[in-house]
Amino acid sequence: MTDLFQLLVAGISIGSIYAMTAIGFVLLWQTSNTINFAQGEFVVLPAFAMVLFWMVFRLPFAAALLATVLLSTFLLGFLVRRFLVARLLQTGVLPLVIATIGLSLFIRYSLQQFWTPLALPFPPLFSRVPMRLGTLLLSWEELMNVLFAGAAIGALHLFISRTKLGWAMQAVAQNRTLATVLGIDVGRLVTITFVLNAALTAMAAILIAPVYLVKYDIGIGLGLKAFYAAIIGGFNQIRGALLGGLLVGIVETLAAAYVSGQFRDAAALVILIAVLLWKPEGLWGVKEEWAS
Amino acid sequence: MTGARRSARRLLPLGVLSLLALVPLTFEQYKLYVASLTLVYLVMAIGLNLTLGYAGQISLAHGAFMAFGSYAVAILGQRGAPFELGVGLGAALGFAWGLLVGFPALKVKHHFLAMVTLGFNIIVFLVLRNWEWLTGGSFGISGIARPAWGAISFQSDRAYYLYMLAWAAIVVASAYWILTSRWGRAFRAIRENEMRAEALGVSLRNYKLMAFAIGAAYAGVGGALFAPLLGYIDPGAYTLDRSIQFLMMVVMGGLGRFEGPFIGAILVTVLPEVLRASEGLYLVIYALAVMLMMLFMPRGLVGVWDWVLARLGPAPAARAPLAPPPDAARLG
Repeated sequence: MTDLFQLLVAGISIGSIYAMTAIGFVLLWQTSNTINFAQGEFVVLPAFAMVLFWMVFRLPFAAALLATVLLSTFLLGFLVRRFLVARLLQTGVLPLVIATIGLSLFIRYSLQQFWTPLALPFPPLFSRVPMRLGTLLLSWEELMNVLFAGAAIGALHLFISRTKLGWAMQAVAQNRTLATVLGIDVGRLVTITFVLNAALTAMAAILIAPVYLVKYDIGIGLGLKAFYAAIIGGFNQIRGALLGGLLVGIVETLAAAYVSGQFRDAAALVILIAVLLWKPEGLWGVKEEWAS
Repeated sequence: MTGARRSARRLLPLGVLSLLALVPLTFEQYKLYVASLTLVYLVMAIGLNLTLGYAGQISLAHGAFMAFGSYAVAILGQRGAPFELGVGLGAALGFAWGLLVGFPALKVKHHFLAMVTLGFNIIVFLVLRNWEWLTGGSFGISGIARPAWGAISFQSDRAYYLYMLAWAAIVVASAYWILTSRWGRAFRAIRENEMRAEALGVSLRNYKLMAFAIGAAYAGVGGALFAPLLGYIDPGAYTLDRSIQFLMMVVMGGLGRFEGPFIGAILVTVLPEVLRASEGLYLVIYALAVMLMMLFMPRGLVGVWDWVLARLGPAPAARAPLAPPPDAARLG
């Protein structure tokens, strides 16, 4: 029983990081119809940036964190939106999909080529001495991951549901043409979404770096899991991506513990396939996207 | 007189193409292998172009359909069946599964279809890896025989290249026939405007399913030709990555254009080979090229081809029926 509880905490911890990545992914889809195949690399690049600022330049932690988030929002938010997406939004979904595949390869292999093909160690951010609660052993790292990811997602939720910009984002997601007619600057909102996504992935990067180590190719698995989480939870719902991310994290942790370590990556697939068969709009999705 | 001239104009690129296709026979082993791979990709890309480029239905399962062909040839070959039977079975399996997977295409739209096909690709991969009694599991199947007709054997690399070339010619000709028939017109009508097409009496259900199934059948043929190339297959060759590669091929070549798959297949196989000289940098350059191409040529490299043709002389009228409408790249 205590085992199960500890595994659940571990699953929720990794799942909350998947959820952050998946939520960014869904936001991009909603406001700009971008299926971002580079989402995994959007996590890897800030992780490398953090290594650069913190461990190579030896900046204080807070300064390195700020620099990483700023760099990520500038490169992956602003620049990508400005130079890749702005032009391709006019040409439709497919060229944009192919371009993001190109972007993911570009980031991944540039890091491998110009920095290192090896895994870089990343020091733990929190004490590795577990916290004791009776017979329970809880890791600080896992608890803090949940806390920070929860805070980020909560802040995002407040932003979307309580501010004018957030309402405008919802309007664009629901009906782009109508939003334009109502005087919403859709282009500016798309930029804001990209910047928000880059900030989310930068935070996910810093939380996941001590768990996974920093390597050029960890984005492949991460991106795929964010994609699965989004499909499982529902592509048109932020809470869907949250649910999907947590579910993937929990199920893969339980599968690794109770079935076998090899089954870890297959677990997400099993849920994905089950969802696609029984409820292709996602567990928490809405059927509005279905054709008549 | 004009008729003769027109057919001459139509035959000329065909003649040039057939001559060019024979050039790899003079290549050394590795280059010949790359050329053979290009033929496989050409067949695959023609299939996907039919599904995606003409009928506008995204498929991320082309790698899985390819696996049907490869495993049909490998498994039947082990039991002594002739190679062509394997090709036929691969195409039939592709067609049948294309119908089944394409079925949701009737109900769901663009990115949902992408997910359904993505899931299908993953299921097929898992089945290939786990049904060891049939597929050899992750060890795959080795010693796949090349075709032989009695005394004539296509065992050598050159002979097998010629054999593949014959199949590629059949595929190209049949695709051309489909696209110039009323089917091709119906496919394009659906892509442009579903409602209008239906109002004009195009049966959406039948044609959508057909576009999907025929594309998948071509993928089965491509997979069948691929299996004996190295004589060894394993599930790793039929992953989602492979399907994404085909998608890139078709989009970079030029969606919904007959020339597109030719350009895309050559590009995706030859470009990495050319760039390999730059050692590790080639993936970085390749990725940059993909992004730049999408930015400045979202309709694919076929644009360059058009430009060259326009320079060479007035655009031949024979090409008009296959030219895309202005919004061909739009699939949103």
